[in-house]
Amino acid sequence: MTLTAELRVTRGTFDLDLGLTIGPGEVVALLGPNGAGKSTALRALAGLLPLTNGRIALAESTWDGSDAFVPPEERPIGVVFQDYLLFAHLSALENVAFGLRARGTRKAEARTIAREWLGRVGLDGHAHVKPRSLSGGQAQRVALARALATGPSLLLLDEPLAALDAATRLQVRAELGRHLADYAGHTLLVTHDPLDAMVLADRLIILENGRAVQEGPPAEVARRPRTDYVAQLVGLNFYRGTATGTTVELDGGGRLTIAEPAWGAVHIAFPPTAVSLYSAQPSGSPRNVWPVTVAGIEPHAHTTRVRLDGAPAVLADVTTATVADLRLRPGDRLWAAVKATETHTYPV
Amino acid sequence: MTRRQVRGRLPVVLVLPAVLGLAFLLVPLAGLLVRTPWTSLPTLLSAEVGEALRLSLVCASLATICCLALGIPLAWLLARSGLPGRGFLRALVTVPLVLPPVVGGVALLLVLGRKGLVGQYLDAWFGISLPFTTAGVVVAEAFVAMPFLVISVEGALRAADPRYEEAAATLGASRWLTFRRVTLPSVLPGVVAGAVLCWARALGEFGATITFAGNFPGETTTMPLAVYLALESDPDAAIVLSVVLLLVSVGVLAGLRDRWISGPS
Repeated sequence: MTLTAELRVTRGTFDLDLGLTIGPGEVVALLGPNGAGKSTALRALAGLLPLTNGRIALAESTWDGSDAFVPPEERPIGVVFQDYLLFAHLSALENVAFGLRARGTRKAEARTIAREWLGRVGLDGHAHVKPRSLSGGQAQRVALARALATGPSLLLLDEPLAALDAATRLQVRAELGRHLADYAGHTLLVTHDPLDAMVLADRLIILENGRAVQEGPPAEVARRPRTDYVAQLVGLNFYRGTATGTTVELDGGGRLTIAEPAWGAVHIAFPPTAVSLYSAQPSGSPRNVWPVTVAGIEPHAHTTRVRLDGAPAVLADVTTATVADLRLRPGDRLWAAVKATETHTYPV
Repeated sequence: MTRRQVRGRLPVVLVLPAVLGLAFLLVPLAGLLVRTPWTSLPTLLSAEVGEALRLSLVCASLATICCLALGIPLAWLLARSGLPGRGFLRALVTVPLVLPPVVGGVALLLVLGRKGLVGQYLDAWFGISLPFTTAGVVVAEAFVAMPFLVISVEGALRAADPRYEEAAATLGASRWLTFRRVTLPSVLPGVVAGAVLCWARALGEFGATITFAGNFPGETTTMPLAVYLALESDPDAAIVLSVVLLLVSVGVLAGLRDRWISGPS
């Protein structure tokens, strides 16, 4: 059973056009900036927003299409909303039992199943607590239990960790990963956090302006970004250019030498740590050397990230010692150097 | 030790009118209590007073129930349905609020009277005649009081986050189940506040009642009507009736307040 969707939604000037397939047990993350259409896609899959065009189908049954529309209450789905939307007047147990009751399970049985689910997410002792007395992490777990209790075929997670503080987030992310691994249905995770997507998903789809710009396993996306947005997410220097052997003329100006010969339109990526900075032009060794101007300096984890203007512009991560040696200040003129072997070239 | 003032003195321009306003609202009520002939109270509390009070309470409560049954769905329709022309409908619903109650009574007579637009068929087909009956009192009170409930509930519905209803839908709840188990509980304070206003308005209803239902002791003579009539013949009785009405309304409101409005939910 595979979920296949052609999501086409037009709303005012925005339009979403996204093809999507999710296999059983697969977790697909939809990653993109705010306003890219992630939530629109999720709402369309949930049936909260009808498609303008296209189709959603799980195996042979059509949920949305030119000839059919299944309303949300009749779709076998579970949704974890960004701020959970737990019903304030119901206890944690009643919240988890709600979906079962709504789908016709008898009260006693629904409560038994709900209790089991609360146990599974580690909230045995909180069955009769009202949502407002739960911590953020606990509320998130109740929301997950509520979504999974009905045994849905499609689990939709809308920024499930966005409302948590950093410490809780780490723990809840790990727990969520465990539950997703156990879950046999289809999962779509919508997030703007690359770490959530990388850790939780089997496959990433990067969405920008309503279009998928890149798709693939997390490791592949992290190594070979295809747009500036993705490169920025995964923290790589990224250029487009035309390769002739080991020389690449960059579209934005400048030239880089690469290790493996290539021909035609290519992407080049290399990490900011591969960039060395010198106050005078270094000599010798076959590397890329070009003049740059310091545009900005900011602390980045244990290093210092330097933004440099030039042809091409580049990000460099340097040690605090280097910052002190070179007495880096915005406006300084320096030389940037990158070894050809540190660059990664792949066709467009 | 005097408490330190952080914000400075209260401005006189606000305090003076506020105190005047308070006095304006409370002095007449105090006057009523002062002028009450407490010593001859037992003799004045006749069977007629009891009858009128009972009728008032029963009719106001029935009218409130009618308003709840019709008004909550109407408020839902106005707040949630996406119906075209909702703004206009909402304005129409509030007309009975600004309409003089006597005019409302006349309108009811023209529609529900024995020769009225609807009333003639009610009479011909079902043998039902509403004017000048206890049922007529309920109709008149409900007509005047329902906008209070609708406005209160609609306000609560519009303030409630519709995403909770979406969450219920994704859990498999039909719209009716969602309304019962999610929407209604979340707007309950608004419903209770609206029902209290509605009941209080119905209890004090005079103009529409006397126009549409007339004045038949034991059948349509509610407390406000009894007060007005007594004022012409026996002022002391009017005072007693007023005090009883005052005490009953304040008592009911205070009771509900403890239970619903300010108490912990």
